[in-house]
Amino acid sequence: MRVMAAMSGGVDSAVAAARAVDAGHDVTGVHLALSRAEAGGGRARARGCCSVADAHDARRAADALDIPFYVWDLAERFATDVIDDFADAYAAGRTPNPCIRCNERIKFSALLDRAVALGFEALVTGHYARRTVEADGPALHRATDAAKDQSYVLSTVRRDRLAMAMFPLGDADSKADVRAEADRRGLSVAAKPDSHDICFIPDGHTAGWLSRRHGAAPGPIVDTSGAEVGRHDGSYRFTIGQRRGLALDRPAPDGRPRYVLAIRPVDRTVVVGDRDASATTELRATSPSWLADVPSVGQQVSVQMRAHGTAVPAVVDDVAGEYVVVRTSTSLRAIAAGQTLAIYLDDRVLGGATLT
Amino acid sequence: MYLDHAATTVVRAEALAAFTTASHVTGNAASMHAAGRHARRLLEDARESIAASLGCRADEVVLTSGGTEADTLAVQGVFRARHRADPRRRRILLSAVEHPAVRNAAETLVVEGAEVVVLPVDSGGRVDVGATAQRILADGGPATIALLGCMWANNEVGTIQPIAELGGLAAQYRVPMHVDAVQAATTIPVSAHQAGVTTMAISGHKVGAPIGVGVLTVRAGTDLVAPTPGGGQESGRRGGTVSVALALALAGALRTTVATRADEGARLGRLRADLIDGLLRGCPGAHLSGAGDPRHNLPSIAHLTFPGCDSEDLLLLLDRLAIAASTGSACRSGVHDPSPVLQAMRQPEDHARGAVRFSLGHTTTRADIDAVVRAMPGVVVQARAARRAHASAELVGTR
Repeated sequence: MRVMAAMSGGVDSAVAAARAVDAGHDVTGVHLALSRAEAGGGRARARGCCSVADAHDARRAADALDIPFYVWDLAERFATDVIDDFADAYAAGRTPNPCIRCNERIKFSALLDRAVALGFEALVTGHYARRTVEADGPALHRATDAAKDQSYVLSTVRRDRLAMAMFPLGDADSKADVRAEADRRGLSVAAKPDSHDICFIPDGHTAGWLSRRHGAAPGPIVDTSGAEVGRHDGSYRFTIGQRRGLALDRPAPDGRPRYVLAIRPVDRTVVVGDRDASATTELRATSPSWLADVPSVGQQVSVQMRAHGTAVPAVVDDVAGEYVVVRTSTSLRAIAAGQTLAIYLDDRVLGGATLT
Repeated sequence: MYLDHAATTVVRAEALAAFTTASHVTGNAASMHAAGRHARRLLEDARESIAASLGCRADEVVLTSGGTEADTLAVQGVFRARHRADPRRRRILLSAVEHPAVRNAAETLVVEGAEVVVLPVDSGGRVDVGATAQRILADGGPATIALLGCMWANNEVGTIQPIAELGGLAAQYRVPMHVDAVQAATTIPVSAHQAGVTTMAISGHKVGAPIGVGVLTVRAGTDLVAPTPGGGQESGRRGGTVSVALALALAGALRTTVATRADEGARLGRLRADLIDGLLRGCPGAHLSGAGDPRHNLPSIAHLTFPGCDSEDLLLLLDRLAIAASTGSACRSGVHDPSPVLQAMRQPEDHARGAVRFSLGHTTTRADIDAVVRAMPGVVVQARAARRAHASAELVGTR
């Protein structure tokens, strides 16, 4: 098959491309330039997944595999679909997941569509997830290595796009194995550190980035009775469940730690309180995207709300075109609106939706 | 099919032979001993040959590492010498379509007091001589000019500039003129002693020498402040040990280029005409950039725009068919910038988006041209579909 391999400059996507070559595919590498601001800035920016240095590393990996390689400038799309979305979500009191947006709108939308139009039949990425074909069509499963599983960040990819995805690392035993394989193959990125940060916030300081973006918008921090217990510079700096960085004036009467329970951008108010006050078993999510038949009410599933969170048993309570409600077997705390709710049946991803 | 000769051309056999032979010679041309004398003799043989090919004296040939260094030496060297001699000389007049080697060298001088004045071009990329005369006379007149610069022919679209007229202005107003002849020298006659021309830059690898050698011709009596003084080589105009082997390779490449240029120019002109004709017929909506009259365009460059396409997609699809072409403009880390040349020609931004430069050279055959003419219609259809997919994804993605 003629396939396009998305190459970030990291070890995973390089090995994924190498495995696609080994499998006999006609592979072309592409690196996405997602941030133009620092183009020409040399190797100043070593972290993240879209710097000039990363483009160089991706090119060298493609050279080692002897495959054609191109850089595609998708910075404009990335700015509107991922960066603006990220900033807007925080401003609205929600907690976004930019990697999920990037997979949904950039890698498996803009990139894949262009690749298909240019005659490529599949898109190869270095995600740790398994794509199979089941009786009902293409399916997404957790990776063999549970510790590295990235099926969560792929849960909102459209099913027709998943049909054209190839994840050669889905059955890798561990990241260490992948690194060793990169080393065996002579790929210079074998020892490159993993990227953990949000790629467009290379210093890792999200609150500072949001402050620069949104400017000062001070307001009160109140407890559940409405009494002011502190001040903040901008409600967009907070996320539900956050405990650190609240800088409260008064301790809680019971002396227990307080957590962000609610963010109200309208009156710039952040509500804090005991963690248990946020406990719930009902999770509501909007705009579901299904990678299987729509589950029926009463179906036993498991749900996950964070990239490296654990799955929690749940039952589908209500489902319709625009929303899904699940009830978990144990009560959960700090459910942040804006996060993706991924719904699993055993290891298979049924779909993803946005928590409200 | 290699159709990117303007980026770099195939090394000529005589250049390679001269290079390998001379590479066996040990000796620094600046040394006093027998080995040094031998190297120096070979170097001066090469210099005389280069001078003959370029129409100047041997002592007017300054060997450099390539075209960019030659351009930098001319722009910085002449500006600094003239500005120091008379601080009123601060203006650098440059065509709007100069190569980055010239443009960026001039920009580095702004902190030293230089003012870069852009000479406008018409929609074909040709410098407006009348406007140039006005710019010379404006703003304090010729006494405030440090340097006038215009390329002999444009590297991106191939437009040949009115060097005779501009040289006439330079001579009339007694201002030095630098000509970047890097692209022109391969297929049209160029002369370092063209009236009004003070310095002229040549790049070895555009004429069939290996990459890594170039020349700046400097008229006798011209003051230059060398950006790289080093050990005073090249009569103090360019420091650093000269590569005798590369100088001989360049001499050989230039001899062949000059000897075959008239016939080769005519041959490539016919191929270019057929290429353009075939592409315009086969790809509805396509149009040619550069001078409309082929007499005012290099026979080696055909720059076409395919509306509705992205250059990157066109080049990827051509690459897949083993056809090497380019946009002709600079790219940073693989990402193309909007072309300043097409902007100066006031082409709509959408035109620049689907641009491809096919550049022909001494190894180009009719079969190459025929293959491109056959392949391009399908490539354009597919690239248009890719751009449409792109556009519809934008609508889906933004919600």
